[in-house]
Amino acid sequence: MAHNQESPPALATPGEVQARLGDVFREEAAKVLGALLRILGNFAVAEEIAQEALLIALERWPREGIPDYPGVWLMTIARRLAIDQLRRDARYRDKLALLEQVEQVPDDRLRLMFTCCHPALSRETQVILTLRTVCGLTIDQIAHAFLVSESAIARRLVRARQKIVQAGIPYRVPRDEELDERMGEVLAVLYLMFNEGHLTSAGDAPTRRDLAEDAAWLAAFLTRLYPQEPEPLGLLALMRLHLARADARFDASGKLVLLRDQDRSRWDHQRIREAGKLIEQAAALGRPGPYQVQAALVACHAEAESWEATDWPQILALYDLLLAMTPSPVIRLNRAVALRYVTGPAEALTEVEALARDLEGYHLFHAIRAAFLLELGQSAQARAAELRALTLTDNQAEQFLLHQRLSTRGPAGVHCPSNEQSAQ
Amino acid sequence: MKYLLLLCGRPQDLEAWAALPEEERARGRALATRWMDAHPQIRRTFGLQLPHTITSVHPGPNGRPLVTDGPFLEGTEVIGGLVEIEVADLDEVLQFARAWVAGGPAHPVVEIWPMIEEDYGS
Repeated sequence: MAHNQESPPALATPGEVQARLGDVFREEAAKVLGALLRILGNFAVAEEIAQEALLIALERWPREGIPDYPGVWLMTIARRLAIDQLRRDARYRDKLALLEQVEQVPDDRLRLMFTCCHPALSRETQVILTLRTVCGLTIDQIAHAFLVSESAIARRLVRARQKIVQAGIPYRVPRDEELDERMGEVLAVLYLMFNEGHLTSAGDAPTRRDLAEDAAWLAAFLTRLYPQEPEPLGLLALMRLHLARADARFDASGKLVLLRDQDRSRWDHQRIREAGKLIEQAAALGRPGPYQVQAALVACHAEAESWEATDWPQILALYDLLLAMTPSPVIRLNRAVALRYVTGPAEALTEVEALARDLEGYHLFHAIRAAFLLELGQSAQARAAELRALTLTDNQAEQFLLHQRLSTRGPAGVHCPSNEQSAQ
Repeated sequence: MKYLLLLCGRPQDLEAWAALPEEERARGRALATRWMDAHPQIRRTFGLQLPHTITSVHPGPNGRPLVTDGPFLEGTEVIGGLVEIEVADLDEVLQFARAWVAGGPAHPVVEIWPMIEEDYGS
């Protein structure tokens, strides 16, 4: 039988790569250089980055195959190199924002995103395909991001490409009547990518900013192509609100700092205000959705001068709205933290206990429950809950924080572990 | 592109279907037939009898095929019908499948199998 057969990825011979690279050079190098030059205003630097991107292509394509859209791939690599370069030089800070505006063949890239995020592909496959094809990450980088072997990622990519071709997944932008569903798929993939970069669930490096910034960049790209769609704006605002406060989430030694203990002067208040404008822009379109509500929730935290000064009744109301749109036990758990500040720990604990069946395996369920128990004077039960939380997380930064709380329990300490990040 | 749609159901779907009065089932069958006829993209359709009527033939010892009563494919789900369809791409098949599933007949789940075509890959 001929079906179900595996074929290896199409690797090119060195001669083909050279010939193809020559074509790409002629077609794309000038575009890449032109875009970089426009933004950086420095020909030498722009040329150096464009050259470096081409060298990377020359090194990788013979091994990994020529990407379907070499121009998009090159521009993505060049953009990453340029961002790295600009980060090193404070004088170029204002140009970082401009670099987010770089566009190249938007229709191609948009079609590519919708194809990679087609609902006939599993969520995991959608994410891997998007990272590889739209963002230009290498198989090695993807394997690292998801802590699986390179061969597993390579196999999934081969199978995903076969499915796209053999099952006839179309390469086009969805029609209007399909747009809501298909946009939902793309946004879910971008948010997963963002969270994977923002805070990983396992491993030593607590954050991977690049993945998060790639996701935010793609979200911004969507908002430019679909200015009348409110949910991409909501997602972009949500991502920017997280990024604006990313630096304060870890202390000098790399330890996780909870929202309530973060140094709010280290937040980028300018970016927070800008994200607020995006939320208003989305709201003006008059079609509320889960990403807009989540952005509003995070904005509520980000605009508060302190944990105590947070507008808890407003946060509670937003959680109610979010629950009505997307019922989920994790959202109810986070709502319980807001409830604690509106009606007190006893009612909040009752609400949390009701989630035991759904969230028994989730470390924050136990950590939040522990905090409420402690407030109500039930220290023995609180300790047991914290130990349970500790055994359930793989993330070393979170583990450290839980250890610390277990060993340095102060008499007055209401260590509410809530952190609105966990809401998503 | 050509696809084979397997119209599948779980035992409880079949039971619910069997519990309907005969005239309602007849109406359902007629509706399904009209729906199939109304779509020229549908090339051929096949309706299948219930699974307790299946016979399987396996490779047996000494090269003598073995005949058994019942299905070979495992699982409690059953296939009630096959539809061959020829359309431009998967999105078009998905439209058909969604319409079928929303109709809620005895076999409400649709499995979409891309078919190998003679000129495939050329």
